[in-house]
Formats: sequence, C-alpha cells, structure tokens
Amino acid sequence: MVAEHTNPVISVRDVTKSFGDFRALNSVSLDVSLGERVVVCGPSGSGKSTLIRCINRLEKHESGRITVDGVTLDDSRRSLDAIRAQVGMVFQQFNLFPHLTVLENLTLGPLRARRKSPEEAQELAMRYLTRVRIPEQAAKYPRQLSGGQQQRVAIARSLCMEPKIMLFDEPTSALDPEMISEVLEVMTELAESGMTMICVTHEMGFARGVADTMVFMDHGEIVETAPPEAFFAAPKTARCRDFLQKILHH
Amino acid sequence: MKRASLFVALAIVLAGCSGEWGWYVVNPSTASGWSNLKFLFGGLYYTVLLSLTAISISVVVGLLVALPGLSQNRALRAFNRVYVEIVRAVPILVLILWVYYGLPQVMDISIGVFWAGVIALALSDSAFQAEIFRAGIQSINRGQYEAAQSVSLSYADTMRFVILPQAIRRILPALGNQLVYMLKMSSLVSVIGMQELTRRANELVVTEYRPLEIYTVLVLEYLVLILIVSALVRRLERRLQADERD
Repeated sequence: MVAEHTNPVISVRDVTKSFGDFRALNSVSLDVSLGERVVVCGPSGSGKSTLIRCINRLEKHESGRITVDGVTLDDSRRSLDAIRAQVGMVFQQFNLFPHLTVLENLTLGPLRARRKSPEEAQELAMRYLTRVRIPEQAAKYPRQLSGGQQQRVAIARSLCMEPKIMLFDEPTSALDPEMISEVLEVMTELAESGMTMICVTHEMGFARGVADTMVFMDHGEIVETAPPEAFFAAPKTARCRDFLQKILHH
Repeated sequence: MKRASLFVALAIVLAGCSGEWGWYVVNPSTASGWSNLKFLFGGLYYTVLLSLTAISISVVVGLLVALPGLSQNRALRAFNRVYVEIVRAVPILVLILWVYYGLPQVMDISIGVFWAGVIALALSDSAFQAEIFRAGIQSINRGQYEAAQSVSLSYADTMRFVILPQAIRRILPALGNQLVYMLKMSSLVSVIGMQELTRRANELVVTEYRPLEIYTVLVLEYLVLILIVSALVRRLERRLQADERD
C-alpha cells in the first residue's frame, strides 16, 4: 500500500557525501511518503548506511538538500533537534548503554529529552518492551541478554521517543542466524502498524513481505527504485540482477 | 598484603638492632617517645585533607580542560593543549613556591599555607587528570554518542549519563594512581610550613637529632596510608565492575 499523502515526509534531493577521496553518495534523490516502508539494499560500500545516516544527520551531507517532516537539515541546532525528535534509529551494533539496565536504557531519552515524569517514562518503556516481547528483561543489563534480545531492546528504546519515522541500519547483520527472525518479526509488526520506515537490510524475505518500495544502490548511486514485485521479478539493470542473484542464491 | 607484612617485619628487625639506633625517640612506652609519635601522627590529618581537597578540585578542573580537548573546534583544542603543556612542564615544588610567595605579590592577596598548597597541587595534577579523562572519553565507542543523539540527548546529558559513567569506570585505576601520587607530592608542601607528615618529621628531627629513626617512621606512615588507599580504590573498582556483570 503506497501511502495516501502525496507530500513526502522525507525528501532527499541530489545529495552528495564524500569521505576523503571516496564518494559515498553521488547525487542521490529519494522521496518517502508518510507510512511508506522502504527497503534499501546493495553491495557493501554502496552508500546505503551513509544515506540513512545523512537523513538523521549522524553524517553531514555536502551538497543537495534533505527535508524531513518539513524541516530542511542544516547546521542549526533547531533543525537538528527537530529531526532527531521525529526520527528513530536502530544500529547494526545495537549501541545499547552497557552501564544502564534495559529499563534505564529506555527511559533515559523520555526523561531527559522529553521531560517526562519517571512514572510516565517507565510506563512508556514497559509498553514498548511488551511490544518487543521482553518485558521480563527490564531489570537486566544489556550484556545479560542475547543479541536478538539486545536488538529488540534497541528498537524499543527508539520507539519510546515516539518517532514518526524509523531508520534501520542493517539491524540483523550482527546477529547469529537463529536470532534474526525474532528481530524481523518485531520489525514486521512495526511495519504493519503503519510506521514510516527505511530499512537497510539484506533480508530479502522481509523486504518482499513488508516493503512498499525497494531501492537498490551501488557505488553511491540509487540504481533502481521499484515496488517489490517488479523489483524481484524483473530487475531493470544488470547490476541489480547480479546483486539479487548473489544474495538470493546462497 | 604480602608486601605490607614484609615491611612490618623489616621495621621490627630494624627496631631490634638497637646498638647504633635511637629508637627511644619514638618508643611509645616512654612519655617523651609517645608524645613524639603523637606529634608525628598529627600531620596525617593535614596530609589527607590537603590531598583529598586538591584531588577533588583537580578532577573537576581536569574534566573541564579535557572536554574542550575533544571538541571539533580548533581554538578549544588549542586551549586544552596549551594548558596541559604549560602546567605539566612546571615542577610541583616550583609551583608551590610560586603560588605561596609569588601569587600574593601579583594579586595583592594573601593565601594561607593550606590553600596555597591545595592550589599548587590541584593545578599541577589537573593537567594529568585532563589527559586521563581525554583518553578515557576517547576510548568510548562512537556508537554510544550516536545512540545518545538518536534519543535526542543534549551534549551535557550525553556526557553525564552515557559517556562519563563508562569512561570513569575505565580510568579508575589511573585515578587511583593520581590519588597515591597526590598523597606523596603533598609532602612538598612542607617547604612552605604546612604542618603535614613530612613537616612534622622535619621539625622533630631538628629538636631530637634522630633523622634515621624519625624518617623511618615517616616512610612507614606514607606506606601504610597508601596501602590503605590502594585497597580502597581496588574495592571500588571491583564494585563498579560487578555492576556490569550478572
């Protein structure tokens, strides 16, 4: 279902980003509507992570224009605060705070950045921990949990900020195979609830199931954008065809 | 603890060969020996107070100097470098003399012996604290900052709730080192008349003419004090590590 809004909630226009001599993004443009689920795939080094890291300004783009929920990203504190309030991020390495319990990981943002009361923050945290199906782990420290549980905590931590948009940066790439499905299930539920999502992932089963739009990137460029049926059935470019063949047949 | 008992045994052996020695000056069973010992131990209060006050200040100053050193801003980083390089280059004894005798002339104020000692020791130590904090903070994975940013934490909150609690756990052994170092360097404040352990020993030597015995007691005083501090730091380390384990 492509969302009804014609105004994109994320608009990326001719964005370029380099690391030294390496051009990570080369004039990339992408629109995402409210409620749209976008899956970005491509070989490593193709710029997928850089793209979503630019969208919540963990990286600064050099030229072009990124607008998120009506706010154009620039160096101002105001734009930074505005987009961080709307955009949640899940990292490949989870990046949980190891010295805090699961509950404290979840309540820190609501307490400090949202100025919620401890009761409200705790209620919020328990609600999302229940949603990712590990409320019983609230009092534990991250290192006491499995990788899959840690990633679910990280997803819940982002959701506690009640974002409009969720970004996933290879959320299952650091997980043991048997833990991938529990994270994908949580992500699928989130997708079905209508969350606007951009997922960088190689999990093509997940992509087929939930994506509205598939994006294929290579060498810092968006090579192909298509609905999943067309994308998987008939990739238009040779590069995309090669890539899909490699990752689907193993 | 093996080390401690070794030194205690050594002290007993030394006490035993009384021929050339004049242990009577610190013999607790005689009235004068006991009052000498009390005089010597009396310095402990100032040694500890001076060191703890100075290190409390130097930790705060060190952190405040370390943070600009981690900034993207070149001017702030330069401030950090200049502070560390200059302060680190001045010997502590010189700093003590300069603060106590020099500073009142510049600023037209009089500083008591205690605060002159605190300022000099804290200033000197702060440069080292700054380097320790900088290394500790830099050792924290970049992902921790990114996660903190992604839940909208401000810079101050990121430091306070995410980065520093982790960094301090890592630098605790180095902080313990600095505390031990501070306790030893506080002996230098004796030169401006601070009544701490070393000053008291010096004064007693002048009246009793028994340097060997009195300075041996002084050595043991520092040894015991520092062994206790080391044990406390180690216990704190273990407790903080236990927090992160199951």
